[in-house]
Amino acid sequence: MKELDANIIIKAVKKLCIDACCHLPSDVYQKMSDCKELEESPSAKIILSDIMENAQIAHNEEVPICQDTGLTVVFVEIGQDLHITGNLEEAINEGVRQGYTDGYLRKSMVFEPLFERKNTKDNSPAIIHYKLVQGDKINIKLAPKGAGSENKSTVKMLIPADGIEGVKKFVLETVLAAGPNSCPPLVVGVGIGGSMEMAALNSKKACIRDIETKNADPRYAQLEEELLLMINKTGIGPQGLGGTTTALKVHVEWYPTHIAMLPVAVNINCHAARHAHIEL
Amino acid sequence: MSSEKKHIQAPFDDITARSLKAGDQVLISGTIIAARDAAHKRMTEALDRGEKLPVDLKNAVIYYVGPSPAKPNTPIGSAGPTTSGRMDSYTPKLIEQGLKGMIGKGYRKEEVVDAMKKHGVPYLVAIGGAGALIAKSIKKYTVLAYEDLGAEAIAALEVENFPAIVAIDCEGNNYYEQGQAPYRKTSL
Repeated sequence: MKELDANIIIKAVKKLCIDACCHLPSDVYQKMSDCKELEESPSAKIILSDIMENAQIAHNEEVPICQDTGLTVVFVEIGQDLHITGNLEEAINEGVRQGYTDGYLRKSMVFEPLFERKNTKDNSPAIIHYKLVQGDKINIKLAPKGAGSENKSTVKMLIPADGIEGVKKFVLETVLAAGPNSCPPLVVGVGIGGSMEMAALNSKKACIRDIETKNADPRYAQLEEELLLMINKTGIGPQGLGGTTTALKVHVEWYPTHIAMLPVAVNINCHAARHAHIEL
Repeated sequence: MSSEKKHIQAPFDDITARSLKAGDQVLISGTIIAARDAAHKRMTEALDRGEKLPVDLKNAVIYYVGPSPAKPNTPIGSAGPTTSGRMDSYTPKLIEQGLKGMIGKGYRKEEVVDAMKKHGVPYLVAIGGAGALIAKSIKKYTVLAYEDLGAEAIAALEVENFPAIVAIDCEGNNYYEQGQAPYRKTSL
């Protein structure tokens, strides 16, 4: 069985925190550039230029793209033939502590959500999702998530009779309610099917999929296209100040569900669609 | 959105506040006050107890921001706006204390707009998620009160040509509505 020292994971997570917060993925940057060319509003084009300039400054100076460096969402895929020496969860959290402290990232986590809301001062703990997979590698995908967009994310238990139109209506309602607050142009992740929490998890996974990918099922790929067109007809535009680029992309992920269910979750991401990943 | 950028000074006097029209692009120089959720809550609680505020809000411009930590030899980290709507329930009280302008992002509640119209206070927005770019216009960051709140402390920001757009002016004209309408191709 392959061995991996947890200290290697600490170092890797630390770097992922800084990379994700300061360096916008190049495919997202390119998408923004493509959308700017297609944008109909001259004012919106200026805003998109400013957003791109911001990403360049952040990249060149290694400062956060956005001051809200978020809560740290981590997706971990662990090969079943890999043994980690040490405490994996503690290693991930230690990586977050070091990354947010040494990388001059903002610490936004409060330890207890309702009564005291005291800041943990190191952005730990991370929100960690584990999946056991085949092989002897560990794959860590880290996606810092700010409140402006996470606060506008939704989940609704539709019924099968609501169908495709019900899904579209719910996605549109969510985007309209998000308006300028979630810093459009958005990346919209939609999770359909499964249970309530599975739909939510899939909507998050959809959000951080590489921006040029589409769903492998052509029917869902078509739905992604239709949802994008629909969202870009709202007029919300970049920063909600009007235009045709309300979303850069819509991604859908689905899962089998119950005969009487049609859960739908919509995870909203801002234009700072941050994520970074490593395989060890 | 106006193509020309107006240069204005903060704190705002009454003439400046009323001269701003929805859709104006402005560059602000002077001093603005950083305050967000926790500071608003504390200020409102202080007022409810009949106490004086730790900062004088007369003619002040509040920027809803919680910056990331400054790297060595820089005044501030990334410093873009946070969502203004979370401050809505506290805002009318602060406007009564003389607050003369707000900078944030996103929609405001009707009660806030009513108070803005009554007291001649404009609401401006900065580009959300452009914290690295906006930080270039911030020259100095000085904590004024509630230091224990960390990134949420009340601070004075010395700014030069801080870029913002007037979203709602003193008459209640709303640039979110005006800007979106021409591009809305769907019945909502």
